[in-house]
Amino acid sequence: MTAVHESKVQLGGVRGGPDVATLRQDRWWIQPVVTVSILTAFIIYSTWAAFQNKNYYVGAQMHRDLISPFYSPCLANSCGAAKFGAFSFGNWALSPALLILIFPLGFRLTCYYYRRSYYRAFWWAPPACDVGDAHNSYSGETRFPLIMQNMHRYFFYAGLVFNALLTYDAIRAFNQPGIGFGVTVGTLVLIVNATLLWGYSLSCHACRHLCGGQVKSFKAHPIRYRFWKIVTPLNAKHMNFAWASLLFVAFTDVYVRLVASGAWTDFRLF
Amino acid sequence: MSEITMRVWRGDANGGDFESYTTERSDGEVILDVIHRIQATEAPDLACRWNCKAGKCGSCAVEVNGKPRLMCMTRIDTLPEGPVTLTPMKTFPIIRDLVTDVSFNYVQAKKVPALLPPPMPAEGYRMFQEDVERSQEFRKCIECFMCQDVCHVIRDHEENKENYAGPRFFIRHAELEMHPLDTNDRRDFVREEAGLGMCNITKCCTEVCPEHIKITDNAIIPLKERVVDAHYDPVAWLGRKILRKTKTSATDAAVQPAP
Repeated sequence: MTAVHESKVQLGGVRGGPDVATLRQDRWWIQPVVTVSILTAFIIYSTWAAFQNKNYYVGAQMHRDLISPFYSPCLANSCGAAKFGAFSFGNWALSPALLILIFPLGFRLTCYYYRRSYYRAFWWAPPACDVGDAHNSYSGETRFPLIMQNMHRYFFYAGLVFNALLTYDAIRAFNQPGIGFGVTVGTLVLIVNATLLWGYSLSCHACRHLCGGQVKSFKAHPIRYRFWKIVTPLNAKHMNFAWASLLFVAFTDVYVRLVASGAWTDFRLF
Repeated sequence: MSEITMRVWRGDANGGDFESYTTERSDGEVILDVIHRIQATEAPDLACRWNCKAGKCGSCAVEVNGKPRLMCMTRIDTLPEGPVTLTPMKTFPIIRDLVTDVSFNYVQAKKVPALLPPPMPAEGYRMFQEDVERSQEFRKCIECFMCQDVCHVIRDHEENKENYAGPRFFIRHAELEMHPLDTNDRRDFVREEAGLGMCNITKCCTEVCPEHIKITDNAIIPLKERVVDAHYDPVAWLGRKILRKTKTSATDAAVQPAP
């Protein structure tokens, strides 16, 4: 590798201004507090839900076919009527949710938007713009474990598979065993959930790159350029999709759980 | 006509402190107007850098109430009531009062390998509009260096300055890396020499840019993804081997020196 100029940066010059963490006068701490609150609440709820191992499926006895996104695809023998496909993890004794949650979790954990959010809110590197970093040294994403953030695109691929499966679940929710085709509130909940997850995945920065961002010349790759043009406006809304899909996937689990436990009735619309 | 109090950092490398000035203000005035009034009436030795007064030269960047702003583009009536605090940009060494030594940026600028086009074809080079538009956004940069100032990688960690180009030069690297006529493969360079991996995409640079350049989304993250293509993606590596695309292997294609 040939460096162009060997100019040296002079370190250690005296900086101006007072030696304080920040001179900001606005309420910069609100954003990290809100982020910590929402993400912590989601982590606690999803952990609790993943270990419940019950009330994640509403089946034929209630004339419904609704499965929680936390448990889909259900791959353990314990899934019973909710079992997906022929493959099984056999004598898996723990909650079947634990077999799959690593993928959506990994997708969000390595997502560029969430990285921005949790580096600020949890790691305080920095807590907000122009507010002092909470750490004495800093190496960014150059070392293990944070260098693993570069695996984001593999979780993106996995996310697409999960989106397809959740879309399949949403389509299946139109079938009401013993009644026939119909639409219930649960059907709509599963459709909105799948739609938001597609929005989150397709607006992802890795998706934008793979669609066309990686090419040197758009002119030489007109189809990829067209894909890139479609994905780019979605990418601008990635933050919105990130929060909306996160909250709605939890809501979907809550809804299915309430219906499955008998605490709530899934109303039939038509 | 009402009054405004400005708390201005006065000092140099030997130390300094805030000094308060209360002066008149008019509707629609910007901070630079008030600073000029203070210079004309109370403190003729107050040092500040300015030039165009139109937000296009990038000279008058300081920190207003702790946030980097252009003095000529910051209207007084957009600020909260009370004294306005003005300090020099924190990331760079102070020269005097509100003036800093931004030569760090010029050192980093010299390190950017120049465009290396292929030999001129008989019909000449051709650029197409869709390729021009892509990098046009990056050309809007006025080099105010507020993105460099706000970047915590060097703002809070002086030792990183040696190995970190900063957001302003990531958009320059991105512009060249996306240039259809550039034959340099810059992915190794931005990873190893420019310190792209140090950026943890907190987007402060994007938030502060007066030209509204989407620095993070359109330059830094695309560069990170290109580095992933070259170094962290076994599927892409396999594809290159199968298709024998050795040029796109960062380890095979070194950045060429500038002429």
